[in-house]
Amino acid sequence: MYKLTAVTKDYPKGRGTVHALRGVDLVVEDGDWLAIQGPTGHGKSTLLQILGALDRPSSGTVEFRGQDLATLRETQLTHVRATSIGFIFQTFNLIPTLSAQENVEAALVPLGVADAERRERAAQSLAELGLADRARHLPSELSGGQQQRVAIARALVKEPLVLLADEPTGNLDEGTRDEIMALLASLWEERGLTMVIVTHDTSVARLAQQTGVMKEGRLRLRANARDTTA
Amino acid sequence: MFMTYLLRELRRRMRQAIFVAAGLALGIGLVITVIAASTGVSNSQGAVLHSLYGVGTDVTVTQPPAAGSGRPPSFGFGGGAAGQAGSSFNRNVLRAPGLGTLKSSSVTTISGLADVSAASGSLTLTDLSLSGTIPSGSQQAGSGQGGPGGGGANGSISSSTFSVTGVDPAGDSLGPLSSATITSGHGITTAESNDNVAVVDSNYAASQNLKVGSAITVAGKSFTVVGIAKAAQSTSTSDVYIPLARAQSLADMTNEVNTIYVSAASSADISAVSKEISASLPKATVTTSSDLASQVTGSLSSASSLANSLGKWLAVAVMAAAFFIASILTISAVSRRVREFGTLKAMGWRSRRIIRQIMGEALVIGIVGGIAGVALGFGGAALIQSLAPPLTASTSTAPPGAAGGAAGGASRFGAGGGGGGLGRAAAAGHTVSVHLTAPVTLGSVGLAVVLAILGGLIAGSFGGWRAVRLRPAAALARVE
Repeated sequence: MYKLTAVTKDYPKGRGTVHALRGVDLVVEDGDWLAIQGPTGHGKSTLLQILGALDRPSSGTVEFRGQDLATLRETQLTHVRATSIGFIFQTFNLIPTLSAQENVEAALVPLGVADAERRERAAQSLAELGLADRARHLPSELSGGQQQRVAIARALVKEPLVLLADEPTGNLDEGTRDEIMALLASLWEERGLTMVIVTHDTSVARLAQQTGVMKEGRLRLRANARDTTA
Repeated sequence: MFMTYLLRELRRRMRQAIFVAAGLALGIGLVITVIAASTGVSNSQGAVLHSLYGVGTDVTVTQPPAAGSGRPPSFGFGGGAAGQAGSSFNRNVLRAPGLGTLKSSSVTTISGLADVSAASGSLTLTDLSLSGTIPSGSQQAGSGQGGPGGGGANGSISSSTFSVTGVDPAGDSLGPLSSATITSGHGITTAESNDNVAVVDSNYAASQNLKVGSAITVAGKSFTVVGIAKAAQSTSTSDVYIPLARAQSLADMTNEVNTIYVSAASSADISAVSKEISASLPKATVTTSSDLASQVTGSLSSASSLANSLGKWLAVAVMAAAFFIASILTISAVSRRVREFGTLKAMGWRSRRIIRQIMGEALVIGIVGGIAGVALGFGGAALIQSLAPPLTASTSTAPPGAAGGAAGGASRFGAGGGGGGLGRAAAAGHTVSVHLTAPVTLGSVGLAVVLAILGGLIAGSFGGWRAVRLRPAAALARVE
């Protein structure tokens, strides 16, 4: 699915430069579940954004299904995100003025799906996650766990190839955290998704197939991972 | 999804949306009100000019009176039995009130000019009646003092005057009767060109108890009233209108007119027509409607300046401020939704779809503001119409020299004295009162719609520009 080679990402900061990623090499096969841990500010989210075609590397290549994302135009990157990549965020990032159903539908809008089919698929996606009776509720009327499930439904409704999650349980209590992780684990198994989850929570990382640690912009993979960095 | 998202978002920031819409409404309402006031002032100015010109007249031609031509009328008193003291008399004459004259052939000349669509001549006169007894010890003319009946007389003399205008029945679309409405009977027809028929002004008819069929005396001749004419509001009128040929004959002014009314082929030709007439009649005074408009003074003129200058710039300033505020608030709203738009971009929404959403929200606010603005504009115009005091407009209508030419002479009674002022000049100025209207035109409503849409587009463009610049990664990294 992914092959990253010598990927760097730098940000200007005042007179200096922040090296968010320093020569990251990574291979993620189809169906893999990778968890990326590390202290705050060491490049975890930046790596996820590169993987999600939300940002471009300063140097290196980011191959996604044979295409170098670093060389694609913005409209092409948008198309990749619309069709192939699902996102889950720490703060859920639901549109506050849209209902749960409408939030899920929003993910299908860029695909040009007809209204009726869009509504049906969104309803089904919510139902699969046990939220059929919450379809008309606004995010403000849902609990944290319910909001995250809506976000997961939104990410999965378009049947993406990859699910990228940035601290998906960061804003949830322990019980809800376990519930969400169990849900993600079952979805990974059932659908053969490729998942990359950024987390600082070891209990969450432990559930993954592979674990990587970001430290000062460098990625080190543990056990069974292809580690080409020193 | 588009409309659902749009309306929900506007509902979420209802207060801000109302504030922006109110600002646009105020600007648009002011624009409509100012346009309505300007239109009303223009209409009033047009009415003032029409009162002097008549409907359809673009140019008037008059002749300055020759020096010494303003002698007072002679009533035929002199020596002999007709002027003996103690004898009674009754005289009725028709005279031009100190105005210069033009040949009737000038009307034909002017009609034949290239850019002239029509020309008509008229003869404005004063019917002067004197009756009474010749006093003893009367003086010759030149030493007369005071008005009729004055000047050391022993007899009693009464006088009356009324204005008479000879009009060309063939040219009734121009001239002094063109803006009047015949409320009873009919106007003077071409078949009546040489008949003793008259159309009487409605106010004069009421004061003299005249109606269609009544008889009036003009220059000692009996005329039959065939029509009553009601002048347009605030127009200057004669008391009586008779056929031009009869007026010329009775005043012993055959083939003479003192005003020629000219209609140009188009409004663009007025200046050319004016020059052509001046070339054909070098000694004549040629006045166009714009010449007269520039002479208009009074509160109407002030209102015109107010509406056109201050009003226009105030409306422009308020509109600009409304657009600015709308744009700023739209940018602010987009900035507050950075994470939201970043999420949409992460889901694959293209920038133009997000821009369309923002533009749609701004347009709806603009349209709501436009509708409210149109209502405000109608209200403002209605307020002007109901609260505005009557405006006055003053202008000088007498040709140059008329006052001087006529005022020098005193009337002559032959044996009598006194009686100055009968040869007084025509009014040196003319003041009309008009009620200001403020009509809201379809054009101004259309302009309001355009402004509303423009306001929405401008605000939406700024917001969209802000949204386009968002990088999804940066947007998602923003903590709200």
